[in-house]
Amino acid sequence: MKHNEILRVSGKSLIPFIMMFGLYVQFHGDYGPGGGFQAGVIFAAGVVLYTLIFGLRRARRVFSPRTMEAWICAGVLLYGSVGLLSMLKGGAFLDYNVLAHDPVHGQHWGILWVELGVGITVTAVMITLFFLFAGRGLRGPSRLDHED
Amino acid sequence: MSSPLGELIRENLPALQVILPMIMAPVCVLVRHRTVAWFLAVAVTWTTFAISLALLQIVRAHGLISYAMGGWEAPWGIELRIEPVNAFVLLIVSGISAVVLSAARRSFEEEIPRDRLYLLYAAFLLCETGLLGMAGAGDAFNVFVFLEISSLATYAMIAMGPHRRALTSAFRYLVMGTVGGTFILFGIGLLYMVTGTLNIEDLHHRLQAIDADRTVLVALVCVLIGTSIKLALLPLGAWLPNAYTFAPSAVTAFLAATATKVAFYVMARFVYRIFGADLAFERFHIDSVLMPLALIAMFLGAALAIFERDVKRLLAYSSLSQIGYMVLGLSLASVTGLTGGIVHLFNHALMKSGLFLVMACAAYRIGSTRLSALRGLGKRMPITAATFVAGGLAMIGVPLTAGFVSKWYLVKGALENDLWPVALLVLLSSLLAVIYVWKVVEVFYFQEPPEEAGRQEAPWSMLLPTMFLIGASLYFGIFTDGTVGIAEWSARELLGGAP
Repeated sequence: MKHNEILRVSGKSLIPFIMMFGLYVQFHGDYGPGGGFQAGVIFAAGVVLYTLIFGLRRARRVFSPRTMEAWICAGVLLYGSVGLLSMLKGGAFLDYNVLAHDPVHGQHWGILWVELGVGITVTAVMITLFFLFAGRGLRGPSRLDHED
Repeated sequence: MSSPLGELIRENLPALQVILPMIMAPVCVLVRHRTVAWFLAVAVTWTTFAISLALLQIVRAHGLISYAMGGWEAPWGIELRIEPVNAFVLLIVSGISAVVLSAARRSFEEEIPRDRLYLLYAAFLLCETGLLGMAGAGDAFNVFVFLEISSLATYAMIAMGPHRRALTSAFRYLVMGTVGGTFILFGIGLLYMVTGTLNIEDLHHRLQAIDADRTVLVALVCVLIGTSIKLALLPLGAWLPNAYTFAPSAVTAFLAATATKVAFYVMARFVYRIFGADLAFERFHIDSVLMPLALIAMFLGAALAIFERDVKRLLAYSSLSQIGYMVLGLSLASVTGLTGGIVHLFNHALMKSGLFLVMACAAYRIGSTRLSALRGLGKRMPITAATFVAGGLAMIGVPLTAGFVSKWYLVKGALENDLWPVALLVLLSSLLAVIYVWKVVEVFYFQEPPEEAGRQEAPWSMLLPTMFLIGASLYFGIFTDGTVGIAEWSARELLGGAP
């Protein structure tokens, strides 16, 4: 679809904003509506749009399946290590109060890191799922690469 | 344990139990190396086993442990609540995971593409996380969340089976399992609507205070249907035989001993600790449904096993029948009956995972578990075949085996409730077990092995854990104080209502 000028131009100009909005939802999640899950989906939607327009092969060059697998794990590990850290500091698992000098800051940091972990994993899972379905049953280029 | 770190670990044991396998699962994926991943997974499963032993000791000495996740106190926060009954279940799940995974390496490497093995180990650990979480969770919603974690991991593991039909079996289980999970969630939702709380103890108190109406009844029915699907009570357990038959051999040994057992525990916990025996049995008479279903499962499962030609599937049908015994114990609603159900949960976990591991040994050498392929196994793999016989005796319930102990309590429980026909049926269904176990034994010992077959025993890394499990099921048939003691204590706690 990359020969369609309207799609290409509007996609290119939209994608940065989608990703930016994803990051906004991610890092604003502890104050307002949002959080890691929503942010991850929005961010991944930017990648999906890119793939739809420019093809699976190009998208995979940046988001290779192996890297995505590592990111999926990294997010879970980040979440888990925040929990373990709070345990080491004398609280219960995921007790954010003990993470900083006072509980308010502790809660703030705790939520920020945990949601970042969620965001990373959700983004990577969403992209992986989309790539799997888009590339299903095809050894060579996917239908999305048809006009490459 | 007086050092600060020791104290820290001691205080956080309930959480560590659940999160250690969860954290190790992504590490297994990151290392991408099958042997390293196996080693890490084995290390972490043995650690969880040690933790569950420690938890059981603490519960025995000081009573229940309540652990507030994130420091938010129950009933508002998420609670992990370790009582006698789930300390026992945690012990079974972590113990079986550790033993089966230790045995599984060679079997997995034979049956599954090697470049995917690290993913299987990750799925195994996630499944263990889910099962331990279900057993440990103190609030109803997290029981559901952990149920989904373990189920999703299970579908993935079954789908990795060597046979093409593993995919369709996994898909069928996925559909059924999702329906079951939805029923449970629906029941929990209704309970939340009535009481406004999700914490199990809090739910119990609030349900006692209000007049139970139809909403509560529907919630009870939904929970019963959902858990019946997950624990494979006939007629809702039709997913089980194929899932067990086509899953990788060692995965079957793991699932048969843990997944349905934890689901049974969830059913018992919901019925007795949320609704309470008074409400569930005196008012809504769930025993009038559960008991006939349990009896049907006992007979139908055993009858299907008799006509089966594949030993793995035969054992799966026998599982359906054994699940009937457990549910029967639950439906008796007495200390003795429930003790029988819980002891059988433990004993059956040991012998069935042992028997499935025997089949993993046979499949490793022979490549099939069909009866026709296993002719003369007594000569070809004498130790493996002898282990099967010992496990088979335990499953029949011959005295001095673990199976006898649990059936003894079930019969005793039925007689206490003046249900002598039920007691008779328990004995009769054991005779059916004799038939299907004998059928296998006959093929192993009284038929000649094929001409070209030599004598080749399974590797010791698989045989030793198998013999350990079967040996344990004989040991707990002779020295019954430990298991029966804990089970009776758990039954009292479950029936006793509020602690």
